[in-house]
Amino acid sequence: MTAPAILLDKVSVRYRIPRERIGSLKEYAIRRLKRRLYFDEFEALKEVSLEVPGGETVGVIGRNGAGKSTLLRLIARVMPPTAGRVLVRGRTAPLLELGLGFHGELTGRENVMLQGALLGFSRREMRRRTPRIVEWAELEEFIDAPVRTYSTGMAARLAFSVATDVEPDILLVDEALAVGDERFQMKCHARIEDFHRAGKTVFLVSHALAAVRENCRRAIWIHEGRLVRDGDSASVTELYHGWSVGDPVALPQAL
Amino acid sequence: MSASEVLSRPSPLPLYDSAAPRSWALEEARALWKYRGLVHELVVRDIKVRYKRSVLGIAWTMLAPLLNMVALTLVFSTILKQQIANYPVFFMTGAIFWAFFSQTTSTAASQTQDSNEIAKRIYIPRSVFVASAIGVGLVNLALSIVPLLIILMVTHFPIYTTWFFLPVAVAIETLFAAGVGLWLFTFASRFSDVREMYVVIVQTWFFLTPIVYHPAIVPPKFRFALWLNPVYYLVQTFRKPVYDGVLPSVALVAVSSALSLVVFVSGWIYFAKRAERFAFHS
Repeated sequence: MTAPAILLDKVSVRYRIPRERIGSLKEYAIRRLKRRLYFDEFEALKEVSLEVPGGETVGVIGRNGAGKSTLLRLIARVMPPTAGRVLVRGRTAPLLELGLGFHGELTGRENVMLQGALLGFSRREMRRRTPRIVEWAELEEFIDAPVRTYSTGMAARLAFSVATDVEPDILLVDEALAVGDERFQMKCHARIEDFHRAGKTVFLVSHALAAVRENCRRAIWIHEGRLVRDGDSASVTELYHGWSVGDPVALPQAL
Repeated sequence: MSASEVLSRPSPLPLYDSAAPRSWALEEARALWKYRGLVHELVVRDIKVRYKRSVLGIAWTMLAPLLNMVALTLVFSTILKQQIANYPVFFMTGAIFWAFFSQTTSTAASQTQDSNEIAKRIYIPRSVFVASAIGVGLVNLALSIVPLLIILMVTHFPIYTTWFFLPVAVAIETLFAAGVGLWLFTFASRFSDVREMYVVIVQTWFFLTPIVYHPAIVPPKFRFALWLNPVYYLVQTFRKPVYDGVLPSVALVAVSSALSLVVFVSGWIYFAKRAERFAFHS
Protein backbone atom coordinates (compact mmCIF):
# COMPACT_ATOMS: atom_id res chain seq x y z
CA MET A 1 0.00 0.00 0.00
CA THR A 2 1.61 3.24 -1.10
CA ALA A 3 -1.26 5.59 -0.38
CA PRO A 4 -0.56 8.82 1.44
CA ALA A 5 -1.34 8.78 5.11
CA ILE A 6 -1.41 11.20 7.97
CA LEU A 7 -0.91 10.31 11.56
CA LEU A 8 -1.07 12.71 14.48
CA ASP A 9 -0.10 11.19 17.78
CA LYS A 10 -1.12 13.22 20.85
CA VAL A 11 -0.09 16.43 19.20
CA SER A 12 -0.02 19.71 21.10
CA VAL A 13 0.98 23.13 19.90
CA ARG A 14 1.81 25.80 22.44
CA TYR A 15 2.50 29.38 21.61
CA ARG A 16 4.37 31.45 24.15
CA ILE A 17 2.86 34.87 24.28
CA PRO A 18 4.74 37.49 26.25
CA ARG A 19 2.40 38.84 28.91
CA GLU A 20 3.27 42.36 27.95
CA ARG A 21 3.85 42.60 24.30
CA ILE A 22 7.59 42.73 23.76
CA GLY A 23 8.36 43.24 20.15
CA SER A 24 11.60 45.05 20.42
CA LEU A 25 15.07 43.89 21.05
CA LYS A 26 15.82 46.68 23.46
CA GLU A 27 12.88 45.89 25.71
CA TYR A 28 13.67 42.21 25.55
CA ALA A 29 17.25 42.79 26.63
CA ILE A 30 16.21 44.99 29.54
CA ARG A 31 13.58 42.58 30.80
CA ARG A 32 15.91 39.66 30.39
CA LEU A 33 18.55 41.36 32.46
CA LYS A 34 16.02 42.21 35.13
CA ARG A 35 14.70 38.65 34.90
CA ARG A 36 11.24 39.93 34.41
CA LEU A 37 10.06 38.08 31.38
CA TYR A 38 6.65 36.54 31.79
CA PHE A 39 4.91 34.47 29.23
CA ASP A 40 1.40 33.26 28.87
CA GLU A 41 1.06 29.94 27.23
CA PHE A 42 -1.62 29.48 24.69
CA GLU A 43 -2.39 25.97 23.61
CA ALA A 44 -3.69 26.02 20.09
CA LEU A 45 -3.97 22.24 19.95
CA LYS A 46 -4.26 19.88 22.90
CA GLU A 47 -3.30 16.26 22.52
CA VAL A 48 -4.96 15.78 19.20
CA SER A 49 -4.72 12.30 17.77
CA LEU A 50 -5.87 11.73 14.25
CA GLU A 51 -5.47 9.10 11.63
CA VAL A 52 -6.24 9.66 7.98
CA PRO A 53 -5.52 6.91 5.48
CA GLY A 54 -5.07 7.74 1.82
CA GLY A 55 -8.07 8.63 -0.26
CA GLU A 56 -10.10 10.32 2.39
CA THR A 57 -11.69 13.73 2.15
CA VAL A 58 -11.83 15.32 5.54
CA GLY A 59 -13.70 18.46 6.45
CA VAL A 60 -12.40 20.44 9.40
CA ILE A 61 -14.95 22.55 11.25
CA GLY A 62 -14.96 24.62 14.40
CA ARG A 63 -15.20 28.18 15.57
CA ASN A 64 -12.70 30.89 14.74
CA GLY A 65 -9.53 30.34 16.69
CA ALA A 66 -10.36 26.72 17.50
CA GLY A 67 -7.09 25.49 16.02
CA LYS A 68 -8.14 24.46 12.52
CA SER A 69 -5.46 26.40 10.71
CA THR A 70 -2.83 25.26 13.17
CA LEU A 71 -3.78 21.69 12.33
CA LEU A 72 -3.25 22.37 8.65
CA ARG A 73 0.07 24.04 9.33
CA LEU A 74 1.27 20.95 11.18
CA ILE A 75 0.38 18.73 8.26
CA ALA A 76 1.94 21.16 5.80
CA ARG A 77 5.09 21.03 8.03
CA VAL A 78 5.06 24.78 8.37
CA MET A 79 5.44 24.44 12.12
CA PRO A 80 6.57 21.60 14.32
CA PRO A 81 4.39 20.29 17.17
CA THR A 82 5.39 21.33 20.69
CA ALA A 83 4.60 17.82 21.88
CA GLY A 84 3.57 14.65 20.16
CA ARG A 85 4.40 13.42 16.72
CA VAL A 86 3.29 14.20 13.21
CA LEU A 87 3.81 11.74 10.40
CA VAL A 88 2.89 12.67 6.86
CA ARG A 89 3.40 10.27 4.00
CA GLY A 90 3.15 12.03 0.67
CA ARG A 91 3.60 15.44 -0.82
CA THR A 92 1.31 18.14 0.50
CA ALA A 93 0.17 21.17 -1.42
CA PRO A 94 -1.79 23.84 0.34
CA LEU A 95 -4.27 25.74 -1.71
CA LEU A 96 -2.97 29.12 -0.79
CA GLU A 97 -5.42 31.65 0.47
CA LEU A 98 -6.61 34.05 -2.08
CA GLY A 99 -3.93 36.16 -3.54
CA LEU A 100 -1.23 34.87 -1.25
CA GLY A 101 1.98 34.89 -3.19
CA PHE A 102 0.16 36.52 -6.07
CA HIS A 103 1.66 39.78 -7.14
CA GLY A 104 -0.70 42.30 -8.73
CA GLU A 105 1.86 43.82 -11.05
CA LEU A 106 2.81 40.49 -12.54
CA THR A 107 0.76 38.79 -15.23
CA GLY A 108 -1.28 35.67 -14.64
CA ARG A 109 1.34 33.61 -16.44
CA GLU A 110 4.17 35.04 -14.35
CA ASN A 111 2.15 34.38 -11.21
CA VAL A 112 1.61 30.76 -12.24
CA MET A 113 5.37 30.36 -12.49
CA LEU A 114 5.80 31.97 -9.08
CA GLN A 115 3.11 29.80 -7.47
CA GLY A 116 4.65 26.71 -8.97
CA ALA A 117 8.03 27.71 -7.60
CA LEU A 118 6.48 28.20 -4.15
CA LEU A 119 5.29 24.61 -4.39
CA GLY A 120 8.81 23.49 -5.20
CA PHE A 121 8.54 22.98 -8.96
CA SER A 122 11.16 23.79 -11.54
CA ARG A 123 10.62 26.37 -14.24
CA ARG A 124 10.64 23.79 -16.98
CA GLU A 125 8.02 21.70 -15.20
CA MET A 126 5.80 24.74 -14.71
CA ARG A 127 6.13 25.85 -18.32
CA ARG A 128 4.91 22.41 -19.32
CA ARG A 129 1.92 22.63 -16.99
CA THR A 130 0.91 26.22 -17.66
CA PRO A 131 -1.37 25.62 -20.70
CA ARG A 132 -3.43 23.06 -18.80
CA ILE A 133 -3.63 25.28 -15.73
CA VAL A 134 -4.83 28.22 -17.80
CA GLU A 135 -7.34 26.08 -19.61
CA TRP A 136 -8.90 24.74 -16.43
CA ALA A 137 -9.10 28.22 -14.97
CA GLU A 138 -10.70 29.45 -18.21
CA LEU A 139 -8.42 32.45 -18.32
CA GLU A 140 -6.87 32.10 -21.77
CA GLU A 141 -7.75 35.66 -22.74
CA PHE A 142 -6.45 37.28 -19.59
CA ILE A 143 -3.40 35.24 -18.75
CA ASP A 144 -0.97 37.88 -19.97
CA ALA A 145 -2.68 40.74 -18.15
CA PRO A 146 -1.52 41.83 -14.70
CA VAL A 147 -3.34 40.04 -11.91
CA ARG A 148 -4.40 43.35 -10.37
CA THR A 149 -6.91 43.60 -13.21
CA TYR A 150 -8.49 40.25 -12.25
CA SER A 151 -11.70 39.87 -10.32
CA THR A 152 -11.60 37.97 -7.01
CA GLY A 153 -13.18 34.98 -8.68
CA MET A 154 -10.66 34.94 -11.51
CA ALA A 155 -7.76 35.00 -9.08
CA ALA A 156 -9.34 32.19 -7.06
CA ARG A 157 -9.78 30.08 -10.18
CA LEU A 158 -6.16 30.52 -11.10
CA ALA A 159 -4.98 29.68 -7.57
CA PHE A 160 -7.11 26.55 -7.36
CA SER A 161 -6.03 25.46 -10.80
CA VAL A 162 -2.34 25.72 -9.92
CA ALA A 163 -2.66 23.99 -6.55
CA THR A 164 -4.55 21.04 -7.95
CA ASP A 165 -2.70 20.67 -11.23
CA VAL A 166 0.57 19.93 -9.50
CA GLU A 167 -0.88 16.62 -8.30
CA PRO A 168 -0.13 16.66 -4.61
CA ASP A 169 -0.80 13.53 -2.58
CA ILE A 170 -2.46 15.62 0.08
CA LEU A 171 -4.37 18.77 -0.76
CA LEU A 172 -4.98 21.28 2.01
CA VAL A 173 -7.77 23.75 1.34
CA ASP A 174 -8.29 26.56 3.80
CA GLU A 175 -11.42 28.61 3.16
CA ALA A 176 -10.78 29.30 -0.46
CA LEU A 177 -13.67 27.89 -2.41
CA ALA A 178 -16.35 30.20 -1.12
CA VAL A 179 -15.43 33.11 -3.39
CA GLY A 180 -16.11 31.61 -6.80
CA ASP A 181 -19.32 31.50 -8.76
CA GLU A 182 -21.46 28.38 -9.01
CA ARG A 183 -19.75 27.00 -12.07
CA PHE A 184 -16.37 27.34 -10.38
CA GLN A 185 -17.63 25.68 -7.22
CA MET A 186 -18.95 22.77 -9.22
CA LYS A 187 -15.66 22.38 -11.02
CA CYS A 188 -13.83 22.43 -7.70
CA HIS A 189 -16.18 19.80 -6.38
CA ALA A 190 -15.56 17.61 -9.41
CA ARG A 191 -11.83 17.99 -9.04
CA ILE A 192 -11.89 17.07 -5.37
CA GLU A 193 -13.91 14.00 -6.37
CA ASP A 194 -11.19 13.10 -8.87
CA PHE A 195 -8.63 13.42 -6.14
CA HIS A 196 -10.63 11.16 -3.93
CA ARG A 197 -10.93 8.55 -6.63
CA ALA A 198 -7.21 8.69 -7.32
CA GLY A 199 -6.58 7.68 -3.72
CA LYS A 200 -5.42 11.10 -2.60
CA THR A 201 -6.23 12.89 0.60
CA VAL A 202 -8.04 16.19 0.85
CA PHE A 203 -8.40 18.43 3.90
CA LEU A 204 -11.01 21.14 3.67
CA VAL A 205 -11.27 23.79 6.35
CA SER A 206 -14.52 25.66 6.00
CA HIS A 207 -17.29 27.45 7.76
CA ALA A 208 -19.61 26.60 4.92
CA LEU A 209 -21.13 23.41 6.27
CA ALA A 210 -22.85 22.68 2.98
CA ALA A 211 -19.48 22.67 1.23
CA VAL A 212 -18.10 20.29 3.83
CA ARG A 213 -21.04 17.92 3.41
CA GLU A 214 -20.78 18.08 -0.36
CA ASN A 215 -17.05 17.59 -0.67
CA CYS A 216 -16.14 15.40 2.29
CA ARG A 217 -17.19 12.01 3.58
CA ARG A 218 -15.58 12.57 6.91
CA ALA A 219 -15.55 15.59 9.16
CA ILE A 220 -13.76 16.49 12.35
CA TRP A 221 -14.82 19.16 14.79
CA ILE A 222 -12.19 21.03 16.72
CA HIS A 223 -13.17 23.02 19.76
CA GLU A 224 -10.70 25.04 21.80
CA GLY A 225 -7.80 22.98 20.56
CA ARG A 226 -9.37 19.61 21.17
CA LEU A 227 -10.77 17.13 18.75
CA VAL A 228 -14.35 16.74 19.94
CA ARG A 229 -16.05 14.88 17.10
CA ASP A 230 -14.83 12.67 14.31
CA GLY A 231 -17.22 10.90 12.01
CA ASP A 232 -19.19 11.06 8.79
CA SER A 233 -19.60 14.61 7.63
CA ALA A 234 -23.41 14.65 7.67
CA SER A 235 -23.75 13.86 11.36
CA VAL A 236 -20.75 15.91 12.54
CA THR A 237 -21.86 19.04 10.68
CA GLU A 238 -25.40 18.57 12.00
CA LEU A 239 -24.17 18.33 15.58
CA TYR A 240 -21.93 21.34 15.09
CA HIS A 241 -24.74 23.34 13.56
CA GLY A 242 -27.02 22.43 16.46
CA TRP A 243 -24.41 23.50 18.95
CA SER A 244 -23.73 26.75 17.05
CA VAL A 245 -27.37 27.85 17.09
CA GLY A 246 -27.50 27.15 20.80
CA ASP A 247 -29.13 23.76 21.03
CA PRO A 248 -29.04 22.66 24.62
CA VAL A 249 -26.87 19.73 23.65
CA ALA A 250 -23.87 19.71 25.93
CA LEU A 251 -20.59 20.04 24.10
CA PRO A 252 -19.16 16.58 23.90
CA GLN A 253 -15.96 15.78 25.76
CA ALA A 254 -12.73 15.47 23.88
CA LEU A 255 -12.28 12.20 22.09
CA MET B 1 -2.39 2.53 12.21
CA SER B 2 0.53 3.34 14.45
CA ALA B 3 3.67 5.36 13.90
CA SER B 4 5.78 2.27 13.41
CA GLU B 5 3.29 0.94 10.89
CA VAL B 6 3.50 4.08 8.80
CA LEU B 7 7.27 4.07 9.05
CA SER B 8 7.77 0.43 8.17
CA ARG B 9 5.45 0.43 5.19
CA PRO B 10 7.62 0.83 2.11
CA SER B 11 6.50 3.68 -0.08
CA PRO B 12 7.95 5.81 -2.84
CA LEU B 13 6.22 8.84 -1.38
CA PRO B 14 8.22 11.26 0.75
CA LEU B 15 7.78 11.05 4.50
CA TYR B 16 7.71 13.88 6.98
CA ASP B 17 8.33 12.82 10.56
CA SER B 18 8.29 15.64 13.08
CA ALA B 19 10.10 13.45 15.61
CA ALA B 20 12.98 12.43 13.35
CA PRO B 21 16.37 13.60 14.50
CA ARG B 22 17.87 15.93 11.96
CA SER B 23 20.81 18.01 11.01
CA TRP B 24 19.38 21.48 10.61
CA ALA B 25 22.18 23.07 8.66
CA LEU B 26 22.36 20.25 6.13
CA GLU B 27 18.61 19.98 5.75
CA GLU B 28 18.25 23.69 5.08
CA ALA B 29 20.98 23.50 2.46
CA ARG B 30 19.29 20.58 0.73
CA ALA B 31 15.93 22.35 0.82
CA LEU B 32 17.43 25.54 -0.58
CA TRP B 33 18.90 23.60 -3.46
CA LYS B 34 15.55 21.97 -4.15
CA TYR B 35 13.85 25.37 -4.16
CA ARG B 36 16.45 27.12 -6.33
CA GLY B 37 13.70 27.66 -8.90
CA LEU B 38 11.86 29.75 -6.34
CA VAL B 39 14.94 31.87 -5.72
CA HIS B 40 15.07 32.51 -9.44
CA GLU B 41 11.37 33.46 -9.54
CA LEU B 42 11.73 35.80 -6.56
CA VAL B 43 14.69 37.57 -8.12
CA VAL B 44 12.85 37.97 -11.42
CA ARG B 45 9.72 39.14 -9.61
CA ASP B 46 11.63 41.74 -7.65
CA ILE B 47 13.35 43.19 -10.69
CA LYS B 48 10.25 43.11 -12.88
CA VAL B 49 8.02 44.69 -10.26
CA ARG B 50 10.52 47.40 -9.51
CA TYR B 51 10.76 48.57 -13.09
CA LYS B 52 7.40 47.67 -14.52
CA ARG B 53 5.77 51.06 -14.25
CA SER B 54 8.80 53.29 -14.41
CA VAL B 55 9.81 55.34 -17.40
CA LEU B 56 13.55 54.93 -17.17
CA GLY B 57 13.22 51.34 -16.00
CA ILE B 58 16.42 49.49 -15.43
CA ALA B 59 18.44 52.66 -16.13
CA TRP B 60 17.74 53.80 -12.59
CA THR B 61 20.12 51.23 -11.24
CA MET B 62 22.85 52.78 -13.31
CA LEU B 63 21.82 56.38 -12.90
CA ALA B 64 21.77 56.46 -9.11
CA PRO B 65 25.48 55.71 -8.56
CA LEU B 66 26.40 58.17 -11.32
CA LEU B 67 24.51 61.02 -9.69
CA ASN B 68 25.99 60.13 -6.31
CA MET B 69 29.40 60.06 -7.84
CA VAL B 70 29.05 63.52 -9.36
CA ALA B 71 27.86 65.02 -6.07
CA LEU B 72 30.58 63.40 -4.00
CA THR B 73 33.30 64.18 -6.48
CA LEU B 74 32.33 67.82 -6.24
CA VAL B 75 32.33 67.71 -2.46
CA PHE B 76 35.56 65.85 -2.03
CA SER B 77 37.72 67.27 -4.76
CA THR B 78 36.69 70.89 -4.65
CA ILE B 79 35.54 71.58 -1.12
CA LEU B 80 37.59 69.19 0.99
CA LYS B 81 40.50 69.25 -1.44
CA GLN B 82 41.20 65.63 -0.76
CA GLN B 83 44.12 64.40 -2.84
CA ILE B 84 42.95 61.22 -4.48
CA ALA B 85 44.00 60.63 -8.03
CA ASN B 86 41.00 60.12 -10.26
CA TYR B 87 38.46 60.37 -7.49
CA PRO B 88 35.43 59.41 -9.64
CA VAL B 89 36.88 55.95 -10.25
CA PHE B 90 37.96 55.61 -6.64
CA PHE B 91 34.51 56.49 -5.44
CA MET B 92 32.61 54.40 -7.98
CA THR B 93 34.41 51.18 -7.10
CA GLY B 94 33.73 51.77 -3.43
CA ALA B 95 30.14 52.79 -4.07
CA ILE B 96 29.37 49.70 -6.16
CA PHE B 97 30.85 47.54 -3.46
CA TRP B 98 28.88 49.27 -0.72
CA ALA B 99 25.58 49.36 -2.60
CA PHE B 100 25.68 45.59 -2.94
CA PHE B 101 26.49 45.03 0.71
CA SER B 102 23.99 47.48 2.17
CA GLN B 103 21.17 46.58 -0.23
CA THR B 104 21.35 42.86 0.28
CA THR B 105 21.71 42.96 4.05
CA SER B 106 18.99 45.59 4.49
CA THR B 107 16.64 43.56 2.32
CA ALA B 108 17.34 40.46 4.39
CA ALA B 109 16.60 42.41 7.56
CA SER B 110 13.31 43.78 6.27
CA GLN B 111 11.97 40.74 4.51
CA THR B 112 10.78 38.76 7.49
CA GLN B 113 7.27 40.18 7.55
CA ASP B 114 6.67 39.63 3.89
CA SER B 115 8.10 36.15 3.99
CA ASN B 116 6.08 35.17 7.05
CA GLU B 117 2.87 35.80 5.18
CA ILE B 118 3.83 33.09 2.76
CA ALA B 119 5.88 30.76 4.91
CA LYS B 120 3.21 30.59 7.58
CA ARG B 121 0.95 28.69 5.24
CA ILE B 122 3.24 26.71 3.04
CA TYR B 123 6.51 24.98 3.63
CA ILE B 124 9.41 26.71 1.99
CA PRO B 125 12.96 26.92 3.26
CA ARG B 126 13.22 30.52 4.41
CA SER B 127 16.79 30.79 3.26
CA VAL B 128 15.28 31.38 -0.20
CA PHE B 129 14.50 34.91 0.94
CA VAL B 130 18.09 35.66 1.88
CA ALA B 131 19.27 33.96 -1.30
CA SER B 132 16.93 36.03 -3.44
CA ALA B 133 18.13 39.24 -1.76
CA ILE B 134 21.64 38.21 -2.76
CA GLY B 135 20.48 37.39 -6.27
CA VAL B 136 18.86 40.78 -6.76
CA GLY B 137 22.02 42.42 -5.38
CA LEU B 138 24.20 40.55 -7.85
CA VAL B 139 22.03 41.61 -10.78
CA ASN B 140 22.25 45.23 -9.68
CA LEU B 141 25.99 44.89 -9.17
CA ALA B 142 26.42 43.59 -12.69
CA LEU B 143 24.33 46.48 -14.03
CA SER B 144 26.34 49.07 -12.14
CA ILE B 145 29.47 47.93 -13.94
CA VAL B 146 28.09 49.88 -16.91
CA PRO B 147 28.34 53.35 -15.32
CA LEU B 148 31.75 52.37 -13.97
CA LEU B 149 32.93 51.60 -17.49
CA ILE B 150 31.50 54.89 -18.68
CA ILE B 151 33.48 56.73 -16.02
CA LEU B 152 36.62 54.81 -16.95
CA MET B 153 36.23 55.83 -20.55
CA VAL B 154 35.37 59.45 -19.85
CA THR B 155 38.36 59.90 -17.51
CA HIS B 156 40.70 57.84 -19.74
CA PHE B 157 41.34 55.47 -16.88
CA PRO B 158 42.93 52.18 -17.94
CA ILE B 159 41.09 48.88 -17.58
CA TYR B 160 43.71 46.79 -15.86
CA THR B 161 44.21 43.11 -16.53
CA THR B 162 43.73 42.63 -12.80
CA TRP B 163 39.99 43.02 -13.44
CA PHE B 164 39.95 39.25 -13.84
CA PHE B 165 40.21 39.05 -10.06
CA LEU B 166 36.92 40.92 -9.60
CA PRO B 167 34.69 37.81 -9.64
CA VAL B 168 36.71 36.38 -6.75
CA ALA B 169 36.32 39.61 -4.79
CA VAL B 170 32.59 39.57 -5.50
CA ALA B 171 32.36 35.95 -4.37
CA ILE B 172 34.05 36.80 -1.07
CA GLU B 173 31.76 39.77 -0.56
CA THR B 174 28.71 37.68 -1.44
CA LEU B 175 29.61 35.17 1.23
CA PHE B 176 30.00 37.92 3.80
CA ALA B 177 26.78 39.70 2.85
CA ALA B 178 24.87 36.40 2.93
CA GLY B 179 26.23 35.67 6.41
CA VAL B 180 25.25 39.08 7.75
CA GLY B 181 21.88 38.71 6.00
CA LEU B 182 21.23 35.36 7.68
CA TRP B 183 22.01 36.78 11.12
CA LEU B 184 19.79 39.79 10.50
CA PHE B 185 16.91 37.73 9.13
CA THR B 186 16.98 35.47 12.17
CA PHE B 187 17.05 38.40 14.61
CA ALA B 188 14.41 40.30 12.69
CA SER B 189 12.02 37.36 12.81
CA ARG B 190 11.93 37.75 16.58
CA PHE B 191 12.29 41.45 17.09
CA SER B 192 10.49 43.96 14.96
CA ASP B 193 12.91 46.81 15.61
CA VAL B 194 15.90 45.10 14.02
CA ARG B 195 15.01 46.59 10.67
CA GLU B 196 14.98 50.18 11.96
CA MET B 197 18.08 49.57 14.02
CA TYR B 198 19.96 48.25 11.04
CA VAL B 199 19.16 51.35 8.97
CA VAL B 200 21.09 53.39 11.52
CA ILE B 201 23.88 50.85 11.79
CA VAL B 202 24.39 50.73 8.04
CA GLN B 203 24.64 54.51 7.84
CA THR B 204 27.25 54.66 10.54
CA TRP B 205 29.09 51.71 9.10
CA PHE B 206 29.28 53.47 5.75
CA PHE B 207 31.23 56.37 7.23
CA LEU B 208 33.48 54.08 9.25
CA THR B 209 34.48 52.30 6.06
CA PRO B 210 36.80 53.96 3.54
CA ILE B 211 34.30 54.24 0.71
CA VAL B 212 34.29 58.00 0.08
CA TYR B 213 37.68 58.68 1.66
CA HIS B 214 41.06 57.07 1.32
CA PRO B 215 42.17 54.87 4.25
CA ALA B 216 45.47 56.79 4.27
CA ILE B 217 43.78 59.93 5.63
CA VAL B 218 42.77 58.14 8.82
CA PRO B 219 45.10 59.36 11.59
CA PRO B 220 47.35 56.57 12.94
CA LYS B 221 45.74 56.58 16.36
CA PHE B 222 42.36 55.73 14.79
CA ARG B 223 43.67 53.08 12.42
CA PHE B 224 42.57 50.34 14.80
CA ALA B 225 38.98 51.25 13.89
CA LEU B 226 39.73 50.24 10.32
CA TRP B 227 41.42 47.05 11.33
CA LEU B 228 38.45 46.05 13.48
CA ASN B 229 36.06 46.66 10.62
CA PRO B 230 35.65 43.49 8.54
CA VAL B 231 34.23 45.43 5.61
CA TYR B 232 37.51 47.37 5.37
CA TYR B 233 39.35 44.25 4.20
CA LEU B 234 36.57 43.41 1.79
CA VAL B 235 36.44 46.81 0.13
CA GLN B 236 40.22 46.79 -0.27
CA THR B 237 40.04 43.37 -1.90
CA PHE B 238 37.39 44.69 -4.24
CA ARG B 239 39.00 48.01 -5.08
CA LYS B 240 42.62 47.09 -5.65
CA PRO B 241 42.23 45.20 -8.93
CA VAL B 242 40.07 47.94 -10.46
CA TYR B 243 41.50 51.16 -9.04
CA ASP B 244 45.11 50.37 -8.19
CA GLY B 245 45.64 47.85 -10.94
CA VAL B 246 47.26 45.37 -8.59
CA LEU B 247 46.10 42.11 -7.12
CA PRO B 248 45.26 42.25 -3.44
CA SER B 249 47.97 40.66 -1.32
CA VAL B 250 47.66 37.04 -0.27
CA ALA B 251 47.31 38.16 3.34
CA LEU B 252 44.47 40.51 2.47
CA VAL B 253 42.61 37.86 0.49
CA ALA B 254 43.17 35.36 3.28
CA VAL B 255 41.81 37.70 5.94
CA SER B 256 38.74 38.68 3.95
CA SER B 257 37.96 35.11 2.93
CA ALA B 258 38.37 33.83 6.48
CA LEU B 259 36.14 36.58 7.90
CA SER B 260 33.47 35.95 5.29
CA LEU B 261 33.58 32.22 5.86
CA VAL B 262 33.21 32.56 9.63
CA VAL B 263 30.30 34.99 9.34
CA PHE B 264 28.58 32.86 6.71
CA VAL B 265 28.95 29.48 8.39
CA SER B 266 27.92 30.77 11.81
CA GLY B 267 25.01 32.64 10.23
CA TRP B 268 23.89 29.56 8.35
CA ILE B 269 23.98 27.31 11.40
CA TYR B 270 22.17 29.81 13.60
CA PHE B 271 19.57 30.48 10.93
CA ALA B 272 18.93 26.80 10.23
CA LYS B 273 18.60 26.03 13.94
CA ARG B 274 16.02 28.76 14.44
CA ALA B 275 14.25 28.24 11.13
CA GLU B 276 11.62 25.89 12.49
CA ARG B 277 10.68 28.34 15.20
CA PHE B 278 10.07 31.22 12.77
CA ALA B 279 6.42 30.27 12.34
CA PHE B 280 5.81 30.78 16.07
CA HIS B 281 6.86 34.40 15.96
CA SER B 282 4.59 35.50 13.21
